[in-house]
Amino acid sequence: MQVNNSEFKPKIVAFCCNWCSYAGADLAGTNRLNYPADVKIIRVPCSCRVNPMFILRAFQRGADGVILCGCHPGDCHYTTGNYYTRRRMTLLFSMLDYLGIEKERTRVEWVSAAEGAKFAATMNDFVETVTKLGENKRLEDLRCKEK
Amino acid sequence: MQREMIERAKALLADGTVNRVIGWKAGEFDYDITPAVFTTAEELDAGFLYNDLCAANLSKYLIKESRKEGKILAFLKPCDTYSFSQLLKEHRIWRDHVYVIGVPCEGKVDVDTVKSKGITGICSMRCDGETVRVETLYGEESIKKDEAMADRCLNCKSKKHVVYDELMGEEGDVLDSHRFDMVEKLENMTPDERFAFWRGELSRCIRCNACRNVCPACTCEKCVFDNDASGIAQKAAVDSFEENMFHIIRAFHVAGRCTDCGECSRVCPQNIPLHLLNRKFIKDIDELYGEYQAGADPDTKPPLNTFTQEDAEPSVIYERGGNK
Repeated sequence: MQVNNSEFKPKIVAFCCNWCSYAGADLAGTNRLNYPADVKIIRVPCSCRVNPMFILRAFQRGADGVILCGCHPGDCHYTTGNYYTRRRMTLLFSMLDYLGIEKERTRVEWVSAAEGAKFAATMNDFVETVTKLGENKRLEDLRCKEK
Repeated sequence: MQREMIERAKALLADGTVNRVIGWKAGEFDYDITPAVFTTAEELDAGFLYNDLCAANLSKYLIKESRKEGKILAFLKPCDTYSFSQLLKEHRIWRDHVYVIGVPCEGKVDVDTVKSKGITGICSMRCDGETVRVETLYGEESIKKDEAMADRCLNCKSKKHVVYDELMGEEGDVLDSHRFDMVEKLENMTPDERFAFWRGELSRCIRCNACRNVCPACTCEKCVFDNDASGIAQKAAVDSFEENMFHIIRAFHVAGRCTDCGECSRVCPQNIPLHLLNRKFIKDIDELYGEYQAGADPDTKPPLNTFTQEDAEPSVIYERGGNK
């Protein structure tokens, strides 16, 4: 089936850390900033909580893009969590790229609790990027596709 | 060398330094030599082998063996000592229960490589200096040793033993290898080509878990892939997602701890070049966080258990490379 890109609505999973990015998303909401409803936010205690398996599972269950948001390096609620995230995710995304899976489908952004505008802008940009890429084909699980 | 090793092992058994020996013994064929534990001088005489076909890395067996009564004598090749040292660093082996003798290695002959050169129906194999003589159903063939070695030995990273109690032969050096050449080649392909390449390789996976079971870095008592609730335990991968996931996660779990011993590729019954996944992580770590060889130095911090404030941002991967 040919997917018509003008109608294609990507599913985006956003892992947001409880202390910064989730509050940032909240701020974007209270400020009435628009970002696409296709972004599904999953709150995690810290960006460091996100296991590489979570990212892959999100793709398996039908996500077209996965974005991970955490506190700015140096501002982690748990002091150092996001520094580990940074190394881990760099390696994981590089590996996805190495296997030929579009690296634009994955992203890490640092969004603080005060950056509602940045949150909205990041999500708009990311959704646009993923919409251009189209449906996630290379890391999909056909059994999990909606009929 | 084999004679010398048996004599030394017998002497250590006789004076009570050790009560068993881990080494290699013949399998059904010349080329499927298997690891084995010997407890008496007679057993050593009858079964102990060391030649250019003894490829197995013995360090992983020492996790369980070192927890038993008494000391065990282990013969380790240079690349095995890296794994051994890495396991010591992770407190997985009881050092005072192991007596390590470093043995030299000139590269191991790999039967799959020999077969890939068109030699089939192999009955027996013998390495004779620089030539490998193969007796096949269709007559005798010979092949240069360089052509009979797997990638891991052709691009040997080091002939140096990093840990030992005693050394047989000369002390070797760390070598300048070209082990990242293939990784670079893949990196320079377009994503479509890379995807096609890996699909071709990984789709052959039968999820036998041999790569995980043999890996000296995979030592968890409970493995994420044995979790019944995960839906991926004890079964073959049924679609491309599961194949990709298994191999990404397997390689990721040993990232920063993989010593690049190449056992995963050696044992793969489907000949998937799994070491290329591990090497990608090693190469990325080297490039982004500074040169790091797992197992080489007991005091360095593993790259994924540490960080610096100046680390590269994940966005670095969008900028790297030409075709990427």
